[in-house]
Amino acid sequence: MNDTALLEVKNLKKYFPIQAGIIRRTVGHVKAVDGLTFNIKRGKTMGLVGESGCGKSTTGRTLLRLLKATEGSVTFDGNDMLAMDRSKLRAFRTRMQIIFQDPYSSLNPRLPVSEIVGEAMMQHKMVKNKREMKERVNEIISKCGLFAEQALRYPHQFSGGQRQRICIARALAVNPEFIVCDEAVSALDVSIQSQIINLLKDLQDEMGLTYLFISHDLSVVKFISDDVGVMYVGHLVEYGSRDKIFANPIHPYTKALLSAAPSFDPAARGGKGRIVMEGDVPSPANPPSGCRFHTRCPHVEPICKETVPENRELEPGHFVMCHKAESL
Amino acid sequence: MNENLNSINSENANDVTNDINNDLSNVDDVDIGAMMVPESGMPTVGQKKEDILLDVKGLKTFFYTSNGTVRAVNDVDFYVRKGETLGLVGESGCGKSISSMSLARIVETPPGKFEGGEITLDGRCLMRINEDERFLISEKEMRSIRGNEISYIFQEPMTSLNPVFKISKQISEPMILHRGMSKKEAHKESIRLLELVKIPNPERIVNEYPFRLSGGMRQRVMIAMALACEPKLLIADEPTTALDVTVQAQVLDLMNELKERINTSIVFITHDLGVIAEMCDRVVVMYAGKVVESSPIEDLFSSPQHPYTQGLISSKPDLVTTEKRLNVIPGSVPDLTDLPPGCPFHPRCYKASERCKVEFPPSHRLTDEHLVSCWECKGEEIVSVSETTLEGGEPA
Repeated sequence: MNDTALLEVKNLKKYFPIQAGIIRRTVGHVKAVDGLTFNIKRGKTMGLVGESGCGKSTTGRTLLRLLKATEGSVTFDGNDMLAMDRSKLRAFRTRMQIIFQDPYSSLNPRLPVSEIVGEAMMQHKMVKNKREMKERVNEIISKCGLFAEQALRYPHQFSGGQRQRICIARALAVNPEFIVCDEAVSALDVSIQSQIINLLKDLQDEMGLTYLFISHDLSVVKFISDDVGVMYVGHLVEYGSRDKIFANPIHPYTKALLSAAPSFDPAARGGKGRIVMEGDVPSPANPPSGCRFHTRCPHVEPICKETVPENRELEPGHFVMCHKAESL
Repeated sequence: MNENLNSINSENANDVTNDINNDLSNVDDVDIGAMMVPESGMPTVGQKKEDILLDVKGLKTFFYTSNGTVRAVNDVDFYVRKGETLGLVGESGCGKSISSMSLARIVETPPGKFEGGEITLDGRCLMRINEDERFLISEKEMRSIRGNEISYIFQEPMTSLNPVFKISKQISEPMILHRGMSKKEAHKESIRLLELVKIPNPERIVNEYPFRLSGGMRQRVMIAMALACEPKLLIADEPTTALDVTVQAQVLDLMNELKERINTSIVFITHDLGVIAEMCDRVVVMYAGKVVESSPIEDLFSSPQHPYTQGLISSKPDLVTTEKRLNVIPGSVPDLTDLPPGCPFHPRCYKASERCKVEFPPSHRLTDEHLVSCWECKGEEIVSVSETTLEGGEPA
């Protein structure tokens, strides 16, 4: 498994200090990401699901070193990402890109599309001059379903779906291998969402891209991913191939999450077999002791409150963080 | 039956007129004679009329902006029965929110303007606008309806609560206003309501400010506020869109439970078909300010007729989908200031014919409750309401 992995993440942690007082003394930490281990294989898509505040986006950003990791290791194609110096990292930036959730706020309103998409090419000297840049831009935006003549327009002249296409074009401009899609389709309408998902899939097939697809929408993650990780308050509580996670979820949180998703079948309504969890997601600044899910778990036992469960491989490639995984 | 309803209608209308006469500032708007004799037939054919709580016919809400006229709601008909949940689905900009905001009359005017239509709530005419008359019940009357008979749950629980008032004050307000409670009584009632919406520790929470609560809890507070006066009609505008799935499941369960308990009718607005399947009895699908299909929930998912509905359902991956690619509706939602002629969906429609490019299709009745506005869908044709009762006006 490891020899084809493009990205290997081991025990990744990201703590944000909580500061207080005049001298900004650190009084605690928000443990946004607390010990994540997973791999993403080349050309595959890993989906990361969880509720808001569980650390999905922080994970994505820490991988790209947009945030500095507190602990752990990230190996990208054999290179230690976290140990790189600035100049080496800068060169590496072309190999990994990110697409953000909100296409309205992530494009500079003062630049035309050609500049937005072309800027990184110029910066990394991937094109010799402006003319070549324009050609490349036209090529990329038409790949993303826009017309070449739209390159001179400004973001406000586009609809949400088109803007997201621009964001994708910008990410593709530097020929990356790995793209973090941080809720890339969540802000879009249903009919546009499916267009963008298909586009992402086509581009993956064509260019051999590897995605980390962060989303709270289970049906989208199921559709697009090969592997799925489920996060809860900074922990990766379950991780495995898509089919295993969706067909045979083991962790009580995964089960609850899957059962909470509304289905399309009006006959199945009324929450047949639905596990409705009580309460809210705990704060990562003050996470519960032991298993972080124990405050909402229907199968809780004394041990869950005391010890953090280990990440165990129950069957090949299916990891679960639960004391009672075998008996569930 | 029709007479019966008409008489109720005119009685209420009389009350309304009296009130309006007291409120002199609004008297110009009212044509009393025309108002007392409602001429149009009551609810949509084939319905038990006394069941109907809300009837909306030919509603037109336009916005006059510097970029042109936005026909946000353009000749929309729907009805809601007592105790029923009606879903309004569509993509952003299809007019679903503006339709419901028009019901509670919280559309900003100007730039907005009601250009036509008739709204009847429980036999009482709230609005009737056509060529000959322009009747809107007074703002004072409307204020006694809002929060009392019609209440509203907004999408954003983060921004729709006032950050500088305690929860107790915000839930109490409608009860003091409409139910004539004292502050003390209202405070007690607030605690009971918070308990009803399953907020832990209501005695403590009632004295908190909104920022102290999580998103799910704020939405519960919104629901408690909306239910404070046991409204006849609850409009829920994307109430769970900003929430996580697990919290969404809690809130939806809660709404269903409360609906049973106080027998409210709900207009549930959402773009999420999964939520629709979960909550609604009937669904109205909107596109570019028009109703394109309305149907009982089972039919909508088992046999969607309008190409737009079909596209909408098949373009969303379900947890059981196994296809490699998603179905796609090509193109994007049209600009409402510059709608294509004919059926607004025709540029994206795989079935579009020449006729679709010229003329908007009238509703076709497939079954008793299943109506489709599409030239290519077979069924009994219904003469659209706008032609009979609202002659002229804006062309569809």
